[in-house]
Amino acid sequence: MNFNDTADEATFRLEARAFLEANAKRRVPGSAPSRTIDRDDEVIKSAKAWQSKKLGAGFAAITWPKHVGGRGGTPIQQIIYAQEEAQFVTPPGVFDIGLGMCIPTLIKHGTKEHAVRFVKPALKGDEIWCQLFSEPVAGSDVAGIRTRAKREGDTWVVNGQKVWTTGAHFCDFGLLLVRTDPDVAKHKGLTMFFVDMKSKGVETRPIKQVSGGAEFNEVFFTDVVIPDSQRLGKIGEGWTVALTTLMNERLAVGIATGILGVDDFLALARSADLDGEAAIKNGAIRDRLAQFFIEAEGLKYTRYRMWTALSRGETPGPQSSINKVVSGRMMQDLGSLSMEVMGDAGMIAGEGPGQGAFQRQWLGAAGFRIAGGTDEILRNIIAERVLGLPPDVRVDKDTTFSELEAARSKR
Amino acid sequence: MEFDFSADQKLLKEQVQRFLHDKSKLSVARRVLEGDETHAADIWRGLADLGALGVAVPEAYGGMGLGALELCVVAEEVGRACAPVPFQSSVCLATDALVQFGSEAQKTRWLPKLIAGETIGTMAVSEGGKGIAQMATTLAGDRLSGTKVPVIDGEAAGVAIVMAGGAGGATLAMVDLGGRGITRKRIDTLDPTRKQAEITFDGAAAEILGERGAGVRQLRTLHDRAAVLGAFEQIGGAEAALYMARDFALERYAFGRQIGSYQAIKHKLADAYIKIELARSNAYYGAMMLASGGADLPLAAAAARVSATDAYEYASKENIQTHGGIGFTWAADPHLHYRRSRLLSLSLGGATLWRNRLVTALEKRNAAA
Repeated sequence: MNFNDTADEATFRLEARAFLEANAKRRVPGSAPSRTIDRDDEVIKSAKAWQSKKLGAGFAAITWPKHVGGRGGTPIQQIIYAQEEAQFVTPPGVFDIGLGMCIPTLIKHGTKEHAVRFVKPALKGDEIWCQLFSEPVAGSDVAGIRTRAKREGDTWVVNGQKVWTTGAHFCDFGLLLVRTDPDVAKHKGLTMFFVDMKSKGVETRPIKQVSGGAEFNEVFFTDVVIPDSQRLGKIGEGWTVALTTLMNERLAVGIATGILGVDDFLALARSADLDGEAAIKNGAIRDRLAQFFIEAEGLKYTRYRMWTALSRGETPGPQSSINKVVSGRMMQDLGSLSMEVMGDAGMIAGEGPGQGAFQRQWLGAAGFRIAGGTDEILRNIIAERVLGLPPDVRVDKDTTFSELEAARSKR
Repeated sequence: MEFDFSADQKLLKEQVQRFLHDKSKLSVARRVLEGDETHAADIWRGLADLGALGVAVPEAYGGMGLGALELCVVAEEVGRACAPVPFQSSVCLATDALVQFGSEAQKTRWLPKLIAGETIGTMAVSEGGKGIAQMATTLAGDRLSGTKVPVIDGEAAGVAIVMAGGAGGATLAMVDLGGRGITRKRIDTLDPTRKQAEITFDGAAAEILGERGAGVRQLRTLHDRAAVLGAFEQIGGAEAALYMARDFALERYAFGRQIGSYQAIKHKLADAYIKIELARSNAYYGAMMLASGGADLPLAAAAARVSATDAYEYASKENIQTHGGIGFTWAADPHLHYRRSRLLSLSLGGATLWRNRLVTALEKRNAAA
């Protein structure tokens, strides 16, 4: 057992590091990187410039095949690059959803013409994509969406509302899941399109979050016209297309970067006073700290196990599915206990110890536990796909969507 | 990155797994639970024949001359089978103590017998809950006197490593339990698949293992090492308990559905899976430190132990809960893991103690950084 790179991996790491040294500033250790998608145009501009540089150096889409503009590299190279990039100050990942979820879906289910037109500008950072799936009535049960598309000749007319759309306010295109046939079971009447976010009838409104930021939006569609050529996959097969996107989502959201961890908590507990002595001397604090440690280290080494499999060219085991469900709750608990250790100063969100970082983490964790698959959905997935337990009973399986809606409005 | 066991190590694991799966079914654990035998001698012999008792012992003493990683995979399988054998006492503690601290003469005398399964070893530290500072057992010259209780496998063992006080401070002493001045009494314990005894030494012949006065330090080293191996044993047991619960949840119906289709059960079992994977990852790092002699061993061992204790405890108690009423009966198997889980979590010191040790080691590491 060892943590060493193979010769090829070491060469790639040096290449990545050289690129980063030449083009970005090293991060001061202990400072959390800013990964917030803001509503600041300057941030978007700098993110686009950075993306363009990465593409030029071959780091924008490491695992994608060369014929779509990727490097044709391996997953382990992608990981190595991410490890190295995390040590530098870089703009927030405004392309994560587009490149991590939307474009792979477009490549898989779109036409050759779609790929030629859209992949390169997305890779270069010229065009940003968002994902328009969730609705006020359909979150975890996303197949229950109501947004309707009706065919009119060679076009479709869309009416409805999407929600929790990260980055919709600065995006150029969106992957849009709509209902095209309400008279079949809910999964069967869906179709996937992509839409120009500047189309007439698309209106984006920010949603202010618990954490105070507004990274996501509600998006309203009023008689929006979409050409049939922007359909991905067959009519009625939108659910299959959506699954491609969602599988990529779990990979993208599961990686929480730049959160405060055990060492930050330990440093705080050493300096803070709890009932007349250093907090770290308190048995209850030590007990909780040990718990944070086994979770944080357990996740770190679970990642190492996955990387080992990738490095060997094997398929990683299912253990990576635990990542988000453990880290979300841990972020929340660690934030909460940190504030207790601070005493009254824990109530200060801005200027207190740590400049409010623990407080921000605690607020953000409430959202992290929901985004990209709630804790509950993730436990279902582990129980069903890993342990082989039966799926939940689906009482709406054999009912058409319009009957479901009729029943819902009667209640 | 090579953070996994090698193909050869996995092969060894499969070999031990196959043997235990075929021969050490839970009916064997039950036989020992309900019967008079101190342990399943047939299983112990079988493990010795596979070479499993001496995988980490140098070939010069009859071992396989492999390393700690190989011993980790064996430990996991012993745990999975809930095998009623003195694995932790004899292999992870007594044999390892000899390898770490034994003189050439001591190694030559005892290791071949321990590896062959002819002699069982154990460790005798406890005096009914007293701390080492209040210990009454003393080593005077080469004579040992005092009472140790409980001693796991104390009845079956032929050799014991005993913590003793006396001039020069706490010292580990080796005692041939076949000698004079030794009386043993079986005691009732929580997990009778692993019998325990009270041993009284009355001027029994003993020799120092390692250094006089270094007992506490040596014990700590042995416990750190055994904690990693114990974590693998706990992980094996935890997985067995989880899959026992899973199988029951698939076959049991309530309110017209398999109980495994209810989220109350699914999420509970998913949580057990999560704890087990965290424990496994922590234990891998512990194994790496154990095999490489890394300075991070105390911290890694504590993390592996705390994490694996949590996993086995959770999986074994929720296994009973998933079974419902039948799970609380003597005749059903879940209580075998419930008992073993508790035994393993206490035998090297409980989770509270190890959580505290973990933080102490972490403070030390961060201060050094």
